[in-house]
Amino acid sequence: MNDAARNDRLWRWLTLAPALAILTVLTLLPVIELLAMSVHEIAWRDGQSHWRFIGAANYAALAGDQLFVAGVANTLVFAVAGVVAQMALGFFLALFTSHVVRGQGFYRLVFLLPILIPGIVIGAIWKLMYNPDFGIINQALGLVGLEPHDWLGEPSLALASVIAVDTWHWTPFCFLLLLAGLESLPRDVYEAVRVDGASAWQELIHVTLPMMLPTIAVTLVFRLIVAFKVFDEVYLLTGGGPGTSTEVISFSIYRRFFTEDRAGYGSALSLTVLFTLTAAIVLAVTAVQRRQMRP
Amino acid sequence: MMGRSFFHPARLRRLTLYAVLVAAAVVMILPFLWITLAAFKTQIALLMGQTIFEPTLANFDEVLFSPASDYASNYVNSLFIASVSTIATLAIATLAAYSLVRLGWPRWAVRAILLWAVVFHMVPPITLAGAWFTMARTAGLDSSYAGLMLAHITLNLPLALWMMAIYVREVPLELEEAARLDGASTPTMLWHVIVPLIRPGLAATAILAFIFSWNEFTVSLNLSTKLTATVPVAIASFAQEYVIKHTDMAAAAVLSIVPAIVLLAFASRHIVKGLTSGAIK
Repeated sequence: MNDAARNDRLWRWLTLAPALAILTVLTLLPVIELLAMSVHEIAWRDGQSHWRFIGAANYAALAGDQLFVAGVANTLVFAVAGVVAQMALGFFLALFTSHVVRGQGFYRLVFLLPILIPGIVIGAIWKLMYNPDFGIINQALGLVGLEPHDWLGEPSLALASVIAVDTWHWTPFCFLLLLAGLESLPRDVYEAVRVDGASAWQELIHVTLPMMLPTIAVTLVFRLIVAFKVFDEVYLLTGGGPGTSTEVISFSIYRRFFTEDRAGYGSALSLTVLFTLTAAIVLAVTAVQRRQMRP
Repeated sequence: MMGRSFFHPARLRRLTLYAVLVAAAVVMILPFLWITLAAFKTQIALLMGQTIFEPTLANFDEVLFSPASDYASNYVNSLFIASVSTIATLAIATLAAYSLVRLGWPRWAVRAILLWAVVFHMVPPITLAGAWFTMARTAGLDSSYAGLMLAHITLNLPLALWMMAIYVREVPLELEEAARLDGASTPTMLWHVIVPLIRPGLAATAILAFIFSWNEFTVSLNLSTKLTATVPVAIASFAQEYVIKHTDMAAAAVLSIVPAIVLLAFASRHIVKGLTSGAIK
């Protein structure tokens, strides 16, 4: 019996060890590495890195970094505007689809495709469609007699154009999750409400929405988190420009750390974003869990 | 009852419903259709905005077989990296999920590890890419496949761990107790009792891990070299050339979608199940 107990403990550790090793070496250690780099000025000369300790100077420089400030502002606008649009569109499409019997399978298939293809390809597709010279968007506008625009090149339009691509990309995700939520709602409640003679609108406000709230909350949190990570599409569509009009946080980090080779400052930037988001995520996760635990 | 006229309210409502759904489907499909058409056009036909054109395979030929293009080897790189990292992710996640769910870890430890995984899954990968790059350089992995694979395994591990934990939890405890009474050791149990029962879960997780690895750009961009570059990195570089070859980029984009379409054709139910498993219990 004693042998079996020791054996159990051994297997308990052996089965968890690879995952723990990955998490420790590739998520915890990097944070420590970032911490170390962030208090240094790091220069590359002759394939060697030269570290010079500069204390908190990298952190002090953050507030004055116009790129970063613009990145934070744009990421907030991008995430909030995009996710609100995607949730609203996704919800109504899901509501409509749940009333339709035929063609649901086909519909689901069509809506899965954008979720599965690389973000960079979405960027490539829309970059061609937005092209001011031959893109289909200006062609279509021309057909109905509207002015052509350089959708990604005009500072006042660029961010909205990127948000439109993101909405096209991610509305299907909201749609699928919300549709799955709608289909798991108990049917008898609806029958009872219909017997009472409620209108479709009353049914939506008083029955569907309250019961869907947990699914809506989870979908919203998922989407917001992915929206804050945005990189691929911006990289290809605008590269953060024109000026800083589509600069987003991930892109600022990439630019500072990799393009400009400022590893020390880039690390300070990374850590600041990492800690702020981690705090927000832990708060959001606990809030969602508390909601779900309520009866 | 009213007469069955064409403008009957119920019928009208139904028509609006279908009209909205068809419009949404068209909006979803149109960009794919347009890029596919662009991939079969000559550069001139694209620039002239021709709708009627003579299709050509020249773009695909150039992207795949011209000596100036690395796309074929990028494609092989992506297949290789995505396959290996998917298999490794699945193995590591299944072992860990079984350990956490069934091998009597204290509750706080299970919660802590799952929360750790979920938080890491949610932060932007670019925040760690700098440290990974520096570490890979120190370890001499900065121009190897191994570095990229490790990064992809790490990026996909949280999702796989969560999904596998859900599926392992669904295995009836009685089956395991019965096997224990027969004297099954932990490895026997895992391989002969658990794994056969969680096959659908393994399939769903594998498909998502493969797709996410195939699509991954942020980290691949910074950890790959010309030799190890993956498909998304290659497509991004098309857009940055001095003279952009739009039709080549379109052909490369169309080719990059092929795995997603194959998986969609054969396993769309697994994909929906995987995507929604975290959100709906």
